[in-house]
Amino acid sequence: MATIEHNGKSYEVDEDGFLLNGAEDWDENWVDYVKGVEGISEITDEHQKVIDALQEYYKKNGIAPMVRILSKTTGFPLKRIYELFPSGPGKGACKMAGLPKPTGCV
Amino acid sequence: MAVVKVDKLARSVVEGPSLMTGSIPTRDWMDIPVVFKPGNYAYPTKPNILEYLDSLEGVSFPNAREWNPEDDDWKLPENWKEIIINGLAERLGKFRSLKIFMDCCVRCGACADKCHFFLGTGDPKNMPVLRAELLRSVYRQEFTKAGKILGRMAGAREMTVGVLKEWFMYAYQCTECRRCSVFCPYGIDTAEITMMLRELLHLVGCGINWALEPVANSNRTGNHMGLTPQAFKGNIDFLCEDIENLTGIHIEPSFNRKGAEVLFITPSADVFAEPGLFTCMGYLLLFEAIGLDYTWSTYASEGGNFGLFTSNEMMKKLNGKMYAEAKRLGVKWILGGECGHMWRVVHQYMDTMNGPADFLEVPKSPITGTVFENARSTKMVHISEFTADLIYHNKIKLDKSRNSHVKATFHDSCNPARAMGLLEEPRYILDHVVDNWVEMPANTIREQTFCCGSGTALNTDEIMELRMRSGLPRANAVRYVADKHAVNTLACVCAIDRATLTTLMQYWNPDVEVCGVSELVGNALVIEGEKRADLTEGLRTMVF
Repeated sequence: MATIEHNGKSYEVDEDGFLLNGAEDWDENWVDYVKGVEGISEITDEHQKVIDALQEYYKKNGIAPMVRILSKTTGFPLKRIYELFPSGPGKGACKMAGLPKPTGCV
Repeated sequence: MAVVKVDKLARSVVEGPSLMTGSIPTRDWMDIPVVFKPGNYAYPTKPNILEYLDSLEGVSFPNAREWNPEDDDWKLPENWKEIIINGLAERLGKFRSLKIFMDCCVRCGACADKCHFFLGTGDPKNMPVLRAELLRSVYRQEFTKAGKILGRMAGAREMTVGVLKEWFMYAYQCTECRRCSVFCPYGIDTAEITMMLRELLHLVGCGINWALEPVANSNRTGNHMGLTPQAFKGNIDFLCEDIENLTGIHIEPSFNRKGAEVLFITPSADVFAEPGLFTCMGYLLLFEAIGLDYTWSTYASEGGNFGLFTSNEMMKKLNGKMYAEAKRLGVKWILGGECGHMWRVVHQYMDTMNGPADFLEVPKSPITGTVFENARSTKMVHISEFTADLIYHNKIKLDKSRNSHVKATFHDSCNPARAMGLLEEPRYILDHVVDNWVEMPANTIREQTFCCGSGTALNTDEIMELRMRSGLPRANAVRYVADKHAVNTLACVCAIDRATLTTLMQYWNPDVEVCGVSELVGNALVIEGEKRADLTEGLRTMVF
């Protein structure tokens, strides 16, 4: 598995750059790293709201929320989420929040 | 994985040389080694997933490790060759079909240009006949007299690491769709050959994560997505809220309810991601409209069975879960949602794996009294059969004008079409829920349907260009009806289809949306007591 170094800290990631150990390794420094990869200029309260919502749901349910639930809890329509995270809720927001990638018939 | 621009890829498929060799082949196929590079292979299984699976009863997934297909050294176990040859011997003894398929091909070539992977990549090793030869050549060497004596002259060859790598490449460039088998005069089932290749590769720890993580999830949480019981229930409750906002219909579904008449099982993607969610809303509305006494299960919360793409034992284990739950809940029979490969497992393997399911009753529609004779043994009825029967007996009220935004065509999902013969029922439903839907060309539908190009767990993003290539024959047929009849909707009855055809259409035919047939049923349903907003896009309409 690959390792990513950012500001002196290293993270184990899968092939698509998702954190392998999830919340265990997740920190603000990771958010800063994904920010760069995603081409986001600044983490706003709106970004933070999405990250918090994802992490809170994940803590309770052991999986990422479906996009509609994310939209409802944050109040952001999907279009806005894409504006905030150009790679989308799965590849962008989930990665930043330290959640794993969903699998199956998706 | 970035994919090249659509016009460039289209030209490359039609005019370009083979994807693997980069030229018209000048050497014998046995002399052309495979080369792995980013984009032409799916990621190997994560070691922790394999370790988990290997710890389960009744299945074996040894040799978990970190490895990379691009490396020369795949870190195979020392006695890998012995493992493979013994594994093949065991399977030849166990499966008569495999022995026959190894012996009976006459290289007539009828299958060659029927494969969407061959059409999309131009790679000769994607001709079904040659895909099978990858295994047959080793079979001849080890298990036939002619091969042992004459070697290459008899089409035999030594099992080497290079051969093993070739297997890994081409066992994962086949979606087990079985279109080639329709044209084979001997009825050789290439899917079963691919299944054997994948099984043998698992013996030495070579598999893909996109198949085995869903398998592990399904065993651990009940479904491929990994939805925990609370998330599964939460999602369905959420969909019910959406339905109420859209139609005014209040639904209170039950979960794990003992004594329900029917257990309903559908692919978990239907309760997680668009556009499957809308199909699921269609099921919920239909069951509410007819007052069906049914329950969901958070344990058997998956219709799909990626075990089929993995190994016989794994398939059996995951299939057994549905029947164990039906028994535990004491239901009479099982109703299955719009899944593709689940129906291959149920119709062609269930009976001898876990059946017959004698503890259940022969399915009988509580609404029409119809007895589903075809499901007498498996006790499992397809939602399209069930819905078509309701329509036939005038038990539901449908208003086609509610689908006036839809100009549909129908994609026969490979397994319902070819493995269970479900050809008329979805069409009969479409006749009653949409106006003037049209068929794609005859050689691309029904038994001859073209695969979405991403089945059998090949629906992963890192092989996107391969997926767009292998899906081109299907996309091309859609393009034909889109141009000619202004088709804007591709209806299907499979969850992998709903996900992968959506991506395929966004690439080749961006104006075409993908939906499940049950979504169109849900759109058209007229239900007593409804307070329906003006839904210009049916159940997809956003209302706040």
